[in-house]
Amino acid sequence: MIENLLFELEMAAPQVILGLVNGAFYALLSLGLAIIFGMLNVINFAHGAQFMMGAFVAWMLLAWAGIPYWGALVLAPLLVGVFGMAVERTMIARLYKLDHLYGLLLTFGLALIIEGVFRNGFGSSGLPYAPPPEFGALDLDFDFLFLPGYRVWVVIASAAMCLLTWLVIEKTKIGAYLRAATERPELVQAFGINVPRMMTLTYGAGVALAAFAGVLAAPIYSVNPAMGANFIITVFAVVVIGGMGSIMGSVVTGFALGLIEGMTRVIYPEASATVVFVIMAIVLLTRPAGLFGRG
Amino acid sequence: MTINRRTLLGAAAALPALGGLPFRSARAQAANTIRIGVLNDQSGTYRDLSGPGSTQAVQLAVQESGIAAKGVTVEVVQADHQNRPDVGSTVVRQWIDRDGIDVVVDVPTSSVALATNTLVREKNKVFLNSGAATSDLTGAQCSPNTVHWTYDTWMLAQSTGGAMVRAGGKSWFFITADYAFGHALERDTGNFVKAQGGEVLGAVRTPFPGTTDFSSYLQQAQRSRAQVIGLANAGGDTINSIKQAAEFRITRGGRVKLAGLLVFITDVNSLGLEVAQGLVLSETFYWDLNDKTRAFTQRLGAMPGNIKPSMVQAGCYSSVLHYLKAVGDMGVAAAKASGADAVARMKAMPTSDDAFGEGTVRADGRKVHPCYLFEVKAPGESRGAWDYYKLLGTTGADQAFRPVADGGCALVRS
Repeated sequence: MIENLLFELEMAAPQVILGLVNGAFYALLSLGLAIIFGMLNVINFAHGAQFMMGAFVAWMLLAWAGIPYWGALVLAPLLVGVFGMAVERTMIARLYKLDHLYGLLLTFGLALIIEGVFRNGFGSSGLPYAPPPEFGALDLDFDFLFLPGYRVWVVIASAAMCLLTWLVIEKTKIGAYLRAATERPELVQAFGINVPRMMTLTYGAGVALAAFAGVLAAPIYSVNPAMGANFIITVFAVVVIGGMGSIMGSVVTGFALGLIEGMTRVIYPEASATVVFVIMAIVLLTRPAGLFGRG
Repeated sequence: MTINRRTLLGAAAALPALGGLPFRSARAQAANTIRIGVLNDQSGTYRDLSGPGSTQAVQLAVQESGIAAKGVTVEVVQADHQNRPDVGSTVVRQWIDRDGIDVVVDVPTSSVALATNTLVREKNKVFLNSGAATSDLTGAQCSPNTVHWTYDTWMLAQSTGGAMVRAGGKSWFFITADYAFGHALERDTGNFVKAQGGEVLGAVRTPFPGTTDFSSYLQQAQRSRAQVIGLANAGGDTINSIKQAAEFRITRGGRVKLAGLLVFITDVNSLGLEVAQGLVLSETFYWDLNDKTRAFTQRLGAMPGNIKPSMVQAGCYSSVLHYLKAVGDMGVAAAKASGADAVARMKAMPTSDDAFGEGTVRADGRKVHPCYLFEVKAPGESRGAWDYYKLLGTTGADQAFRPVADGGCALVRS
């Protein structure tokens, strides 16, 4: 009996951990989406493309400038974030007064253009990006499981970044301004706070989070122009399940759905691509505002 | 990437050549015009190994066929099937019914290829398949209108699978892309392994497209205690599988071997030699194989994305060249009137070109030529960009493909 249980545990443990790694990406990406939606009311469909840009910028920094992983982890989000701010200033800012749908269409179009440009420049099959060797020390080696140190790092880095973002928004003065500006932009502006600039910075921060996830993903997945498109649909489901715009919701749901998907890969692999959407349908039917949303 | 006025103008100038449909004015001279439609993946995981590079190869074939000197015009158009059978079928139907396309070329992704196969036969046009893998195209679903040119799952199973079994890999576990191609590759390889006295311990079917994380499947494969993990997938799936197998040190200690059953040179380029070194794979064309393949690559010129031609793109060149020879031989009117007749003429003539050498097209529609077993070089062995393979062995044209009698093709039952 106990042996049986141990065997089951041995089967399940690696999948739980691998699920957490995927959950880490879902959490980071859906966090960025939640921030952008929460503050700007824009459904940022270009999020997957910005995630992909993060990975590509990491590759470019290494291949063209010799800047290794650690440098890329800081620089790539900054560069892509600045790109995001330019996009917000020149295009998205014009749509705030219109229906959500326009922002969605604009960012969706942007995503297609960005992916197309990268496809023309770098092809579709992807570029190599080796995991930094220093993570070898973190390798976890049990006899039932070998877990590369890099994956452990991904979970830690992602969780830390989520926590940091939450702290900034909930516990700092800037965060308080942001939350206030979301509720009553005119009033906050009347207090002398530059709301449009804050919107720009918020969009930049959301995009930088996507790029940060992209750099984290580069050593694990093939760095190719479609890498974001593969993720983004699932991530949208995560955001919907968590409750649109809910920061806590997106993080918790991200990790949880990574776990559920991981378990599905063992129990019935054919369904692993659909399980998230089945959950989304159930949640929408029972709690239309999402698990953590304010209905 | 910067976009300036020059690149914009260049793109605008290239548009008519790149896509869209034949201009209406061309209709007038339809009688002596052959229309070729290149249908493949222009935007997804198989773009680099087929995509616009295939069209470029077809255009070279048209140029070198010398058919223009006989007063025949050839128009080449291309379209994206997005790896979806419904999209592919719609394009093929429009091409044939509305635009007068005579030949459909390439069509990677077996599910789309099988749909195209049925449609082209129904309309009595010609289907020159280079990109798809399923051996069903010349087996249960063989058609008098189809030639399967470059490779197939049976060939891969025998060449790569055979090499693994000979090296002692008797027990197998498959990671299979969950669609027609993956199933065919798993089936053909599994049959081959069993025929050689090996066993198949299990398989896991991964959703296609849309799977990026294979670590969970790799661990399941490892737990099965199989000696060989067979990757019955392609393109981005194979790249991610191999990359993550290296990351998880699946093959450490040498107890488990990874068999990439369908690995293209573009995949090797994407993986980098550091990760891909030592991988054993099978192809029917390699740009650096001999003087003729190097000359062909040279003539093809710079490819989109600065890649070297894949065997799929070489197959598009070679198949169209042979088709146009048949057209020149039988006359445009007869070739346009019946696709089946044109294919019959192709079968009656021996093939010869720089990419694949000498060969023949069999009664079941299978083009036969030698198959090469390669090993990916270590970074230290590679002398330069795209110097990736060393030749391990060659299977002759008569041995490389499934014997006609075993395929169950209705065309050859007498």
